[in-house]
Amino acid sequence: MKAPDFNYQRPASLSAALQLLHDNDQDAQLLAGGQSLMPMLHLRIAQPDMLIDLNRIDELATIDAGDAHIEIGSMVRYAQLEASEQIKTCLPLICSALPHIAHSAIRNRGTIGGSAALADPAAEMPALLIASNASINLVSTKASRVVSADDFFTGLYETALQPGEIIKSISIPKPGNNSVFGFYEITRRHGDYAMAGVAISAQQQSPLHKMRVVFFGVAEKPLRAHNCEQALENGTANDSGAIDLAIKSLEQLPLMGDQHTGVDSKRHLAGVALKRALQELH
Amino acid sequence: MNHAQQVDIELIVNHEKINCRVPVRVNLVDFLRNELGLTGSHVGCEQGVCGACTVEVDGTMVRGCLMLAAQADGSTVNTIEGFAESGRAGHLQQAFATHNALQCGFCTPGMLASALEYLEQGGVADRAAIRQHISGNYCRCTGYQAIVDAIEEVAGQTETTDGQ
Repeated sequence: MKAPDFNYQRPASLSAALQLLHDNDQDAQLLAGGQSLMPMLHLRIAQPDMLIDLNRIDELATIDAGDAHIEIGSMVRYAQLEASEQIKTCLPLICSALPHIAHSAIRNRGTIGGSAALADPAAEMPALLIASNASINLVSTKASRVVSADDFFTGLYETALQPGEIIKSISIPKPGNNSVFGFYEITRRHGDYAMAGVAISAQQQSPLHKMRVVFFGVAEKPLRAHNCEQALENGTANDSGAIDLAIKSLEQLPLMGDQHTGVDSKRHLAGVALKRALQELH
Repeated sequence: MNHAQQVDIELIVNHEKINCRVPVRVNLVDFLRNELGLTGSHVGCEQGVCGACTVEVDGTMVRGCLMLAAQADGSTVNTIEGFAESGRAGHLQQAFATHNALQCGFCTPGMLASALEYLEQGGVADRAAIRQHISGNYCRCTGYQAIVDAIEEVAGQTETTDGQ
């Protein structure tokens, strides 16, 4: 099928985009990289009256490294992240996961803000943002506010975004020198959405301390597994007793099956992903 | 709402300057095929899954179905016709023919575009890396083996040339 008809607007500044969104909020949809919205338009799942194209707003496409944080503009594309020395040096978790996000041609267009705003439960980026303890910086014509990634993803394709708000940027704290990370996803084909995946950060490796273990592709939203973190806390990444407890704790998670994979399979695969991510913790 | 909104776009396609008025809902690959007659880029799934519509926009390979033609305003676009005419994909095309890396040919323009990106980014003759790079392009005929053979051969030639 082809996309339905819509009114197309291409503002050149964030303030112009915010004004357009403010004036047309009920009927307008923001177009970021379009790698999910365009298929939805073709399938007519999305039928907005207006598309507000953010692709010409240069101020949303910058990566700024501060002393404590890296601030990534919402329209920064995955390919831009992959090419960034700052991301390579400062954000090893994001860096190691990027090649697993879709395919090269998709990463050349897809944006970090678009992925956050869509909140696809199978997407890697929302889980990576939670595991990285990121903050989402939101703006509207009236105000700006900061929402932690922990609170931002509220449900199936649902976020804390309010009408009239646009994601301006995403701030990720620079990890400490002792921090370690793990990422693993199980897919049918490289680059496909994961059947189950996990992103892990810990402030130190031996013993594991202050972990964030976030599963994706297994529930209605990325799931931070607090019980799993507790089971692993103060152990080591190859402590089989602790890992067994951590996998056992997955039984308490509210998982959701999809058309290919039932809940029990998801739970099993989440455990496999966890084990492998822990083996590759670095 | 303004139905059937159209916009004027100006872009360079295969080194030729194009001025056109397009309905805003038309995607880039439909525009290239239906308005410009560049039917080398194929329309498969229209969901970004199959890769048959892969074209180059401002130096990067993208899904032609996941961009609006209106978004390409001011851009430089190259399609398989451009790659073939300029000789940029010459070695790859020859290797695809030699290795029987195509049967029905539907995926080939997109496959060549992805392979070209791999080689031009300095990709080496590593089968796993090649497979990873073309993982976003479906081929339903060949089983990929011959396609990987072809790309591997050209990557090997490039390495040898670089080494001399």
